[in-house]
Amino acid sequence: MIMADSGSSEEVAVIGNTDITSTESENNIINTMVERGTSLLKKMEINVAEAEKRTGKNTVNMQETYTVYLIEIRPAESVTEGGTPAAPDTLWRRYSEFELLRTYLLVTYPFIIIPPLPEKRAEFVWHKLSADNLDPDFVERRRVGLENFLLRVASHHVLSNDKIFFLFLTEEKGWREAVLDTGFQDKVDSRLKSVSAMLRVKNPDKRFTALKQYSDELNTVVSQLLRVRARVADRLYGVYKVHGNYGRVFSEWSAIEREMGDGLQSAGHHMDTYAASIDDILEEEEHYADQLKEYLFYTDAVRSVCKKHELMQYELEMASQDLAYKKQQKEELVTGTVRVFSLKGMTSKLFGSETQEQRESRLSAIEQSIEEGVEAVMEKNTECRDFVSAAWEDIERFKEQKDKDLREALISYAIMQISMCKKGIQVWSNAKDCFNKM
Amino acid sequence: MSVGTPRGLASSGQKPITEIPHPLSAAEESLSPGPDVSISPGGDKDPELTNGTLVDGSSPASASSTSALLSRLQVEENSEADAAELYASTETRDLFVTVDDPKKHVSTMETYITYRVSTKTTRIEFDLPEYCVRRRYQDFDWLRVKLEETQPTNLIPPLPEKFVMKGVVDRFSEEFVETRMKALDKFLKRVADHPVLSFNPHLNAFLTAKDLNKRQGLALLTKMGESVKHVAGGYKLRARPPEFNAMGEYLDTFSQKLGTIDRIAQRILREQSEYLTELREYASVYSSWAGSEDELQRPLEGVAGCVTTCCGALEDLSENMSQDFLPVLREYVLYTETMKNVLRKRDQSQAEYEGRLEAAVLRRQEDRTPCQTAWESLVTVLQEKQTEDKTSETN
Repeated sequence: MIMADSGSSEEVAVIGNTDITSTESENNIINTMVERGTSLLKKMEINVAEAEKRTGKNTVNMQETYTVYLIEIRPAESVTEGGTPAAPDTLWRRYSEFELLRTYLLVTYPFIIIPPLPEKRAEFVWHKLSADNLDPDFVERRRVGLENFLLRVASHHVLSNDKIFFLFLTEEKGWREAVLDTGFQDKVDSRLKSVSAMLRVKNPDKRFTALKQYSDELNTVVSQLLRVRARVADRLYGVYKVHGNYGRVFSEWSAIEREMGDGLQSAGHHMDTYAASIDDILEEEEHYADQLKEYLFYTDAVRSVCKKHELMQYELEMASQDLAYKKQQKEELVTGTVRVFSLKGMTSKLFGSETQEQRESRLSAIEQSIEEGVEAVMEKNTECRDFVSAAWEDIERFKEQKDKDLREALISYAIMQISMCKKGIQVWSNAKDCFNKM
Repeated sequence: MSVGTPRGLASSGQKPITEIPHPLSAAEESLSPGPDVSISPGGDKDPELTNGTLVDGSSPASASSTSALLSRLQVEENSEADAAELYASTETRDLFVTVDDPKKHVSTMETYITYRVSTKTTRIEFDLPEYCVRRRYQDFDWLRVKLEETQPTNLIPPLPEKFVMKGVVDRFSEEFVETRMKALDKFLKRVADHPVLSFNPHLNAFLTAKDLNKRQGLALLTKMGESVKHVAGGYKLRARPPEFNAMGEYLDTFSQKLGTIDRIAQRILREQSEYLTELREYASVYSSWAGSEDELQRPLEGVAGCVTTCCGALEDLSENMSQDFLPVLREYVLYTETMKNVLRKRDQSQAEYEGRLEAAVLRRQEDRTPCQTAWESLVTVLQEKQTEDKTSETN
């Protein structure tokens, strides 16, 4: 679907295959529309066009089969010209490289809700889908998901400017080195990874608390929805397929009938059509499931932003606490009162007070420390504030995006259901006609 | 042959078979008026008895009028009057059998001779007082075997030879046929006169069954009623009209298909009910999701509502299927059962009809008038002879 944005120079990126038929594009719920025109997308059009199987030696020198995906980059202008578009720049990437890119982005932009990758393994399957990573249907859906990921990143006004991302799209060989060179792995905070780490934050930001809670709720409910949907699909499949038996019986029955024979035979064919139609219907529904899955995985990204904030808040509080403690110490030193227990105080009490020089050197040390502490707190404060503002901006963006995407997904789902019902009505009307003519 | 009364006819009555002289031996008994002698119509009187075995040529000259008469009768009438003479007695008999009227049958498979076996009786074991069936040698043999099987302690009268050497004797020569026939007649009469054997159910079957299906054995011997019913399994419809055959096949297939459709429909109902269960849960998840959303609350509630509506519709669908669709199917299955019963009755009726037809045809074949005439002429002859003898004696 192309939405022309009149007036503004913002272009709309078209996501997806050029092979899509009009029906498909109408039901094109696989890829969401990306409206915001980033400078990157103004320059280029990104596709994940193909998938291919490769075999090679892995890190432990064993033969393995894996899939690579072809990323195509085209200059954006060439699309509007008539005639054949310019040949794209292409390179091949495998899933693990996408994962690396994402991890890099997660670490580098902790205040951004990083778009998720399509699932590593097929989950929430109903019986027909195989969980095999090499299954062609799975590969195809993954291809679409990877394209979606790239476009989401490319349309993010912060992420799209990232150099490593650019290299990912353009530099097949040297990219891995470049990523590792950034040293992003050092920034990974183990505390972020650990889910169970409970950071005691004294003054939690209510907004973030609410967001985290919402994210958890969304995660639960969408998981549940996907599970039930899979079961519903399974049952519906059964209902349709049993109707196929009608086809066979009608056909056999028509053989012994005279006047009724033709009618029965035709009705039997309609039953067969009905039974066969469920395969396409459920195939389409998988796209809806994929959209839900994207937001399911988004909740993980949201949670990680919240956690990062929590960590920051914690560090800020720690720093503040530390500063407060130091100030206290200074005060004690100045006033001579011992309010806070310290070894020095104790010993001075026991062994006699210290000399004036000793006191003064200690005082200056503490004052130094306090200065550092104040700086630290200020730093953390700024960090935190910046983080919060940046994060919150992204969160708002995300909320809008989520609402819009999911609304569209629901609309498409409804359209699918309507189409399914119409097909059903058609089949049964046809069968009814056949019966009427008998 | 209602003229000749069974009473007073010559018969061996209660004599054991061993006491009855062999027909080939000299006959000393007196002659009584011929009993159930069926004279061949048109009186195929062959004065020449070329078959020497039966001719009482060497009849001793006790030369009773009876034996002479017998010879003459034999010559003239080609009848089994000697049997009557042999068994002449005043004792009562209620079962009279005759074998005569040989006929040649030519079919694609074989050529053979059948003989008419006539029965007259007042016994209650027999449904009718008279019977007339056609039998061939095989049938007699069957009877003999059956009698041997069932009454091993009794001596069963012998049959004429079964096998004839081809090339030596012509199976279809008149001579041979005659001889055989007479022997068969004697055999049968003996059996009929035997106090024990004559009550054997196989004899009954032999004398009365329209179609002696030897394989059925005693199965044939269910009562042959007025309606000339066909013994269980014994009667095969000659030709069921093709449309009824087709109908029968159609009904079988039809009811089978209806049964399959019934099963499929029930399976669909089961699957639908399971689908319905999941669908309800599906609706409730959308509802609970709507609870945590702001902008999306209405759309999600909308979806939940739609799914719930679908649940309701599905319930109605399943209900209708079981209330309206399935009962009609089952009704038609019952209809086919009824129709099949009708077909079976029709088959029975056809069988009965054919049976009666056959019986009627056979009865029509019987020509009683010539018999009666023959009787009467015999009586005349005998009476003449008696008078002659008397005259000659006195002379």
